[in-house]
Amino acid sequence: MTYKMIVLAKQVPDTRNVGKDAMKADGTVNRAALPAIFNPEDLCALEQALRIKDQFPNSTITLLTMGPGRAADVLREGLYRGADKGILLTDRAFAGADTLATSYALAQAIKKIGGFDLIIGGRQAIDGDTAQVGPQVAEKLGIPQLTYTESIESIGEHSVTVKRQIDGGVEIAKVEFPALLTVTAAQQCRPRNAKFLMKYKRALTPGESAAQGKEPYPMDNPLFLAEWSVADVGADIVQCGLSGSPTKVKKVENIIFQAKESRRIEDNNQEIEELVVELLNNHTIG
Amino acid sequence: MKNLFVYLEIEDNKVAEVSQELLTKGRSLANELGCQLEAVAIGYKLSNIAHEVIPYGVDILHLFDDEKLTPYTTMPHASILVNLFKEEQPQICLMGATIIGRDLGPRVSSALTSGLTADCTSLIIGDYEDKRNKKTFKDLLYQIRPAFGGNIVATIVNPENRPQMATVREGVMKKAILDEDYKGEVKEHIAEDYFTDNDLAVEILCRQVEKAANNLKAAPIVVAGGYGVGSKENFELIEELAHCINAEVGASRAAVDAGFIEHDRQIGQTGITVRPKLYIACGISGQIQHLAGMQESSIVITINNDPEAPINAIADYVITGTIESVVPKMISFYKQNSK
Ligand SMILES: Cc1cc2nc3c(=O)[nH]c(=O)nc-3n(C[C@H](O)[C@H](O)[C@H](O)COP(=O)(O)OP(=O)(O)OC[C@H]3O[C@@H](n4cnc5c(N)ncnc54)[C@H](O)[C@@H]3O)c2cc1C
Ligand SMILES: Nc1ncnc2c1ncn2[C@@H]1O[C@H](COP(=O)(O)O)[C@@H](O)[C@H]1O
Repeated sequence: MTYKMIVLAKQVPDTRNVGKDAMKADGTVNRAALPAIFNPEDLCALEQALRIKDQFPNSTITLLTMGPGRAADVLREGLYRGADKGILLTDRAFAGADTLATSYALAQAIKKIGGFDLIIGGRQAIDGDTAQVGPQVAEKLGIPQLTYTESIESIGEHSVTVKRQIDGGVEIAKVEFPALLTVTAAQQCRPRNAKFLMKYKRALTPGESAAQGKEPYPMDNPLFLAEWSVADVGADIVQCGLSGSPTKVKKVENIIFQAKESRRIEDNNQEIEELVVELLNNHTIG
Repeated sequence: MKNLFVYLEIEDNKVAEVSQELLTKGRSLANELGCQLEAVAIGYKLSNIAHEVIPYGVDILHLFDDEKLTPYTTMPHASILVNLFKEEQPQICLMGATIIGRDLGPRVSSALTSGLTADCTSLIIGDYEDKRNKKTFKDLLYQIRPAFGGNIVATIVNPENRPQMATVREGVMKKAILDEDYKGEVKEHIAEDYFTDNDLAVEILCRQVEKAANNLKAAPIVVAGGYGVGSKENFELIEELAHCINAEVGASRAAVDAGFIEHDRQIGQTGITVRPKLYIACGISGQIQHLAGMQESSIVITINNDPEAPINAIADYVITGTIESVVPKMISFYKQNSK
């Protein structure tokens, strides 16, 4: 058996390690201070695809990302980890996309790739934690979805069976191809250097080759990273980017909490005992 | 027409807490908008649902009762909502930010090309001025959620597309019965007219639902540990304090990520929302996403070695000191002074 898989991966600012310099003096977010990383759950998506490929070595994994030029880093990392092909969906007209416009663009690119069995994405991206793009891509393609997948239990000729998280438990669900899965971090990804496919660090998009004054790689070279625009995927420009986004940000505000009248207590026996006794006396505890 | 709809999540023929909370919120928003509150129940053997939900002030309850609709799978539920919404043209649709809501909401919003905002912490009605196109929109739903690494709160609107969709986590809104004798209408639909066999693509082979492993949501006292607790071993101090004063243990995401404690104890925007009478925050800095899950606690005590920790701004008692030193003192003084 061989399977044709598409993995959706997003480059995100590492919001897990927001340090003090992450906020500018004017209170806005300093994106430059946050490293751009491969969205963690998308690595889990790639991991699930790699496990299938381990079992069925002639299977293929195409990594698809939409983002600015530097998002090609995600593709290089994916190839390095064992994906077969990388596609960067990039165009100024994609900028400002909400989840709906993002899923429209991704679905157009997937139609162009065509002939897949499985699409695997992360459950959610850590920059917004919305978990919307997966189900929206599935809807746009008219295929079933299984979100919150923890592991792939078995894969057959025409179907896949997964264990997925549900509210308060788990279930085992089976679906025929083509289908879309979104996966959680329930299973460990293999370490980053498990496969040393160093050469993939040199993979480049045609745009990057040109910027470095190099000949682009031929398209059949695995180091060639495809770069697709709105026109390349036959997308309707009105449905892309800001104009294709029904949600608008009305305002963004820094939160300054109304300071309560708080009582300061020093770390010494007397003050802490007084506090505990007070809480006992007014029946807050005990 | 143009009413506010709530999707009811149903497990074991019981309407989920979060759906009840949304009915209460939905009722008050509907009053403000001068529209009706409608609820949608999709499942099997739903005859008791009307009795359960109409007292929240539901004007119309839509029932889709069919054996094929349980257990929940995405596509038949999505098709029913999409087709119903095409007929009814709701202005707003609210769902729980549960696994089901987060699986179903985006599928429905995609089919209707309507906007959806996940995990809102507040919903209010207000106007919106689109400065670029010089248009003013009256009475939109402000979908308010913390965003991006803390410190900011975004207000999202969907000016043009309907319905305006939002998901909200359990515990964020308060539920309250409006009137036990409220008069609402029940509309029984022929479910099969709203979905096709193609929608039955997913087969559920087995299902295990367990009661929540902890009672954090309802606990009157919560002792929560953050990254500042420092280690799994130190977390035992937090557990000991909690045990001693009959509290449940909670945690910040940083503590969960560091492996100090299980994920199901995470409090905050992407965890559980609690509103205990006493919240003791140990080694938690107080980022907005954490506050989102606990700021309605009646009394907050913070234990932090940084006197300037942001969480102190919402505290009633600020203890400045390390966990290692303060927590054992609290335990021993409690033991000495109780009874
Ligand atoms: C989209 C998104 C969703 C999120 N959702 C959540 C969520 O649901 N819940 C959540 O909690 N977070 C959430 N976060 C993460 C949140 O932004 C913070 O990173 C997190 O809450 C920080 O946890 P913390 O306060 O334990 O750690 P830190 O910010 O590292 O704070 C540790 C604190 O401990 C103090 N300390 C250190 N040593 C000691 C000691 N020995 N004794 C006493 N005090 C000490 C320090 O002074 C500091 O104040 C989310 C983030 C994003 C981007
Ligand atoms: N720009 C993007 N490019 C590729 N995949 C994406 C993109 N945005 C979201 N995804 C996929 O959709 C998942 C959910 O994203 P989100 O809805 O933003 O939380 C991610 O984990 C990715 O797998």
